[in-house]
Amino acid sequence: MTGPSKAGVLRGKAWVFGDDIDTDRILPGAWLHLTDPAEIASHCLEGVDPDFAGSAKPGDFIVAGKNFGCGSSREPATFSIKALGIGAVIARSFARIFLRNAIGIGLPVIVAPGVADEVSPGDELEVDLTAGRVSNLTTGVVHQGQEFPEFMRRIVAEGGIIPYAQRRVTERAQKRLLDHSREDRT
Amino acid sequence: MSAPMTATEKILAAHAGLDHVTPGQFVNAQVDLLLANDATAGKVIAQFQHIGADRVFDPERIVLVFDHYTPSNNIASATVCRQVREFAREAGGIDVVEVGKGGIEHCVLPERGLVLPGDLIVGQDSHTCTYGGLGAFATAVGVTDTAATMALGEIWLMVPETIRFELEGQVDPWTVGKDLILHTIGRIGVDGALYKAMEFAGSAVSDLSIDSRLSLCNMGIEAGAKNAMIPPDSTTEEYLRDRAGREYDNVLSEPDARYAALHRWDVTGLRPQVAQPFLPSNVTSIDEVDPVAIDQAVVGSCTNGRLEDLAQAAEILREHTVAQGTRLIVIPGSQEVYLEATRLGYIEIFVKAGGAVSTPTCGPCFGGHMGILAEDEVAVSTTNRNFVGRMGHPRSRVYLSNAAVAAASAVAGYLCAPEEVLS
Ligand code: SF4
Repeated sequence: MTGPSKAGVLRGKAWVFGDDIDTDRILPGAWLHLTDPAEIASHCLEGVDPDFAGSAKPGDFIVAGKNFGCGSSREPATFSIKALGIGAVIARSFARIFLRNAIGIGLPVIVAPGVADEVSPGDELEVDLTAGRVSNLTTGVVHQGQEFPEFMRRIVAEGGIIPYAQRRVTERAQKRLLDHSREDRT
Repeated sequence: MSAPMTATEKILAAHAGLDHVTPGQFVNAQVDLLLANDATAGKVIAQFQHIGADRVFDPERIVLVFDHYTPSNNIASATVCRQVREFAREAGGIDVVEVGKGGIEHCVLPERGLVLPGDLIVGQDSHTCTYGGLGAFATAVGVTDTAATMALGEIWLMVPETIRFELEGQVDPWTVGKDLILHTIGRIGVDGALYKAMEFAGSAVSDLSIDSRLSLCNMGIEAGAKNAMIPPDSTTEEYLRDRAGREYDNVLSEPDARYAALHRWDVTGLRPQVAQPFLPSNVTSIDEVDPVAIDQAVVGSCTNGRLEDLAQAAEILREHTVAQGTRLIVIPGSQEVYLEATRLGYIEIFVKAGGAVSTPTCGPCFGGHMGILAEDEVAVSTTNRNFVGRMGHPRSRVYLSNAAVAAASAVAGYLCAPEEVLS
């Protein structure tokens, strides 16, 4: 039994978007200079639905068709979704750089081809991030998302690319120190 | 014996210290060059400081280019540039391509011989794939990945499958690399090469100038590709003769390499192509598109701001002026292009024709500055994206084309083929 309180299981409302939602529509170029997370979040998906950022609640989900996040590599677009508190983005497929950015900053993403067809705007979803499972509580239909390769899951488990790089940098510094002290002794 | 590899696979294997890789495999690859620009470098630096590394992996393998809001269009972007300069100095002399010394990143780096065949290039800009036009593996990542790469000098990558496009035949005289890639995206769609490498070959591709090859690979991302690649040949060698500052390796696909798909298209007589709003895949031939009235024509960007493009525009504008009610903005992609276009008399032609010529910058391409569109305005532009709101108001519309079509449309005041103006 998975209860709503289980770790990695989220509940929220679905916001449904179509195919090929590009990053210019997720966060228009005019806002790229912003640095305040709340301000960035307030423009999230403005190019598709200007009311979305003001209406979505933390923990809600974005459900999209194919190629979500195509176009520019702008990470602030990915970040605007995270900053708004969206629980996960569930799409038929993601554009490559968007997916990479999401993994890098720790925004949960699920590739689940059937979800966009079945879920309607406003449906109540329960999403098990660990299992990659999306349950539509409104219709009772359960979708299984694709599993990410081990390599990616390890980076996500470490908390994104920053902790991963921190660990690698520390390892290197330690190795340098060690090599150094070896040289000193000879 | 292990399976023959594509050029992309060979470059990834070489940079990961492996004899062989296969699609789907994850590798940690060393990067030859890392790049960011004024729209992204400030955020990269912040994340880099977050990591807490005491140094960048190699200051000589990092290039930071000011191009997006350059010369700075407001205090916020001026402040970012100042931070970037300081960071670059303290990091031990990272190359900063300053206002007046460079131009748009994807025009400048090839010109300076900083991106070479066989290289592995990573950039915090989606059009980093441009450098495949010289036979490099070049791909884009976001801010955080760039920061991690800046610290580590290596990056995790999944080896992509390669799709090969063999384009054969002699195209129309007005057709350039831009038209071949628009045609390709029109056929396969904006996710037609998602996560994949695109490899272009065939007589129509080997006939292309380097300007056109860079332009073609530039828009690989518009089909969702991880990278785009044209095998280096004698044209590449010629281009690099006086530019390359170091040794390089012409990496070619092996004859029996495995491809995810192989497209053999006859493009004989292919006419200039136009991508209508709001996707780069919404492509029609210039002869079939409606003659919509246009408010603005733009010649420039990392797609078509090179000399070949300005030459196309100059040929049209030599004897003509921009139509009443229409504006033309011409932006050379780099100082080198600007200077050469000045020498050749193109700049004078543009000014006399009633065009506004700008210093090299990304400008209106992404709605930054220098020609933002108002509500309901229509532009024809040599840039690479016609998404909703890309060049300004969400209700403005952008048609993508080559420079000849953009210049001809500026003269006519509506979207049209070059011949319509010249005859
Ligand atoms: S010219 Fe346009 S597409 Fe190219 S780097 Fe600049 S903003 Fe990006």
